[in-house]
Amino acid sequence: MNATRIYIFKRFERFWHWAQALLIIVMAVTGFEIHGTYGLLGYETAQEVHTTAAWLLIGLWVFAIFWHFTTGEWRQYIPTADKLMAMVRYYLTGIFTDAPHPFRQTTLRKHNPLQRLAYLFVKLIINPAIWISGLLYLYYSAWPALGLDGLSLAGVAFVHTAAAFLMLVFFVVHVYFATTGHTWTSHIKAMITGYEEVESG
Amino acid sequence: MRTCNVKVPGRLAAFLSALALSLTLGGGLGWAENEVSTADHSKFKELKGPFPTGPDVTRACLQCHTEASKQLHKTKHWTWSVVNPDTGERLGKRNVINNFCGSVVSNEARCTSCHIGYGWKDGTFDFTSEANVDCLVCHDTTGKYRKFPAGAGHPVYQPTEWPAGSGRMMQPPDLAEIAQNVGPTSRRNCGTCHFLGGGGNAIKHGDLDLSMVEPGRYLDVHMSPGRLNFTCSTCHSGDAHAVQGSRYTTKAKDTNGIDIPGRTDGSRASCESCHGLEPHPAAANAKLNEHTDRIACVTCHVPQFARGGYATKMWWDWSTAGRLDENGKPIKVHNSDGLEVYSGMKGDFRWGEHVTPEYRWFDGSVDYTLFGDTVDGGEVVSINKYGGSADDPDSRIWPFKVMRGKQAYDKGLQTLAVVHTFGKDDSAYWRNYDWDKAVDAGMASVGAVYSGELGFVETEMAWPITHMVAPKEDAVTCVECHSRNGRLAGIEGVYMPGRDRTGWLDFLGWTAALLALLAVLAHGAVRYYAHTRRS
Repeated sequence: MNATRIYIFKRFERFWHWAQALLIIVMAVTGFEIHGTYGLLGYETAQEVHTTAAWLLIGLWVFAIFWHFTTGEWRQYIPTADKLMAMVRYYLTGIFTDAPHPFRQTTLRKHNPLQRLAYLFVKLIINPAIWISGLLYLYYSAWPALGLDGLSLAGVAFVHTAAAFLMLVFFVVHVYFATTGHTWTSHIKAMITGYEEVESG
Repeated sequence: MRTCNVKVPGRLAAFLSALALSLTLGGGLGWAENEVSTADHSKFKELKGPFPTGPDVTRACLQCHTEASKQLHKTKHWTWSVVNPDTGERLGKRNVINNFCGSVVSNEARCTSCHIGYGWKDGTFDFTSEANVDCLVCHDTTGKYRKFPAGAGHPVYQPTEWPAGSGRMMQPPDLAEIAQNVGPTSRRNCGTCHFLGGGGNAIKHGDLDLSMVEPGRYLDVHMSPGRLNFTCSTCHSGDAHAVQGSRYTTKAKDTNGIDIPGRTDGSRASCESCHGLEPHPAAANAKLNEHTDRIACVTCHVPQFARGGYATKMWWDWSTAGRLDENGKPIKVHNSDGLEVYSGMKGDFRWGEHVTPEYRWFDGSVDYTLFGDTVDGGEVVSINKYGGSADDPDSRIWPFKVMRGKQAYDKGLQTLAVVHTFGKDDSAYWRNYDWDKAVDAGMASVGAVYSGELGFVETEMAWPITHMVAPKEDAVTCVECHSRNGRLAGIEGVYMPGRDRTGWLDFLGWTAALLALLAVLAHGAVRYYAHTRRS
């Protein structure tokens, strides 16, 4: 079995991915401390770090959204049914028997159909939910001035926490799927170097 | 003479003057020290004396300060009576019943040792007498003036034994010397009564006791002589002897902004009147200023009360009073700290030092349980009910000392009892230890007829905590409230991060995360097993 290297992840994309990963970990750790789940940094420090990380992440997202639209990379997340069930079958059985990967990665199609769905869910559901509820949370004191008196902090906190749990589940699964490449580490290496090892035909 | 004429741009000038001001303040000059009178009272022939009695001194004062007594006659300090404009309730020391000593009525001669007058020994006191205003108790600077505890506001005029039977003699003060040394009120002056309320040092308020005469910075940042050296009247300011700041009509949220002459300069008896509603600097956590709409300043900045070295009374159970020794004298029991925990005169006590306040919503309104209000003995009676709730934008969370205890009530009339505790007559409780006689006499003094059925009811009385303001480094930290069982655990109506959560969401979220983790671990384990078997 031969492997060839193809360039999948551009420099900005890689920076975006890892910076986002770091910020999300920091925000999860500090967020659940603010939530009262444990004490680690101290509430005030946790709150300050959480807020700072939030602004950095929002800044990063602004760049990332700009990048996606100017490069056309947003098309990578358009859902497709093509090979979707084949991917599901692969993860349920084929992966254990060394069956050939049903999806062939290329620069124009870097995500398999399951990835497309997962990332689209993150981008369209989880991220906006966290972002909007988080900003409302942060600007709680300005609600009357913004005409948002009708909101309840408990409701906003509920959405924020629920989205955080969704992100946590995504994080766990995502980290695991990073090991399901051609080798245990090939996906991770690809995210660092940009080059993915794929089976050559 | 050479003059230096440099044109300083406006902004720079403002900066320089601010710098100069901060250097002046930073140099340790307190406000009070700057007060220099234009009159040396020791040079006034009117004050040469001798003065046989207190009222004789007052008559001398009034020769120059012609309006002083008339001004004082209008104040609560004199009338001990005030109508709450919101509820119409007639309050003031003269009218309320508290759960410390009870009520003033029928016990005047003892209680009025803290009245700013002379001679209020019973219901016949002349409230229009100008000579009966006591100037010295507030304006003595020698520290030698002291009213006799059982003298209806007078000092002693000849050596008198106190406490009775102790063998200790109180000496009459030199009224002429004191009169020649009058000056602005000091912490000690106000403390003569306000630090000793409830029968002794530190008993009543919890945030006012003798440690506040010369407080260290840790105890009170404003009043500490080392820096700002505030007196009570620096904040409790007022014109014409009308002192601002009252528990009876409290401002729970002062939205006037910083008070300055020309705009609003009515009262400085709120933190906001100097600090405003955005008191924390830009460098501080922005969330701090966002708390001022719902949290009173003192909620964070007075982390504990009774932290000056003196314990304050937290529980007073009158129902156990009356135990006498074989000589018929009331039994006294002290604990290992020397605090009285039982007195045959007064009952059982519990004390607290470094006490964390209790927190409640407060909108400034207070509703008293007065004589005649229904008390059926079934539940704990709130002597003073503080209004406010989370739904009211003008309410804030305030700290309170909550004094609890048991006190007498008339079961038949269903009202708190007026008890005649002090007096030389046969019915006074501290003479005969006969509750029925004492209550009968007490009730008669307010025009009621005792039903003959005495009971004891548990009561609580809330005292807002506003003094003993700690340095900022000792302020309550975020996590002390933003945690599951923090200081504000009992506050309802608000969602607080760190304290509150939706239980089932947390359960669902953690379960989902755990299941996801187990699923990927199992998947990975099978992959690993299959992989190693093949190779």
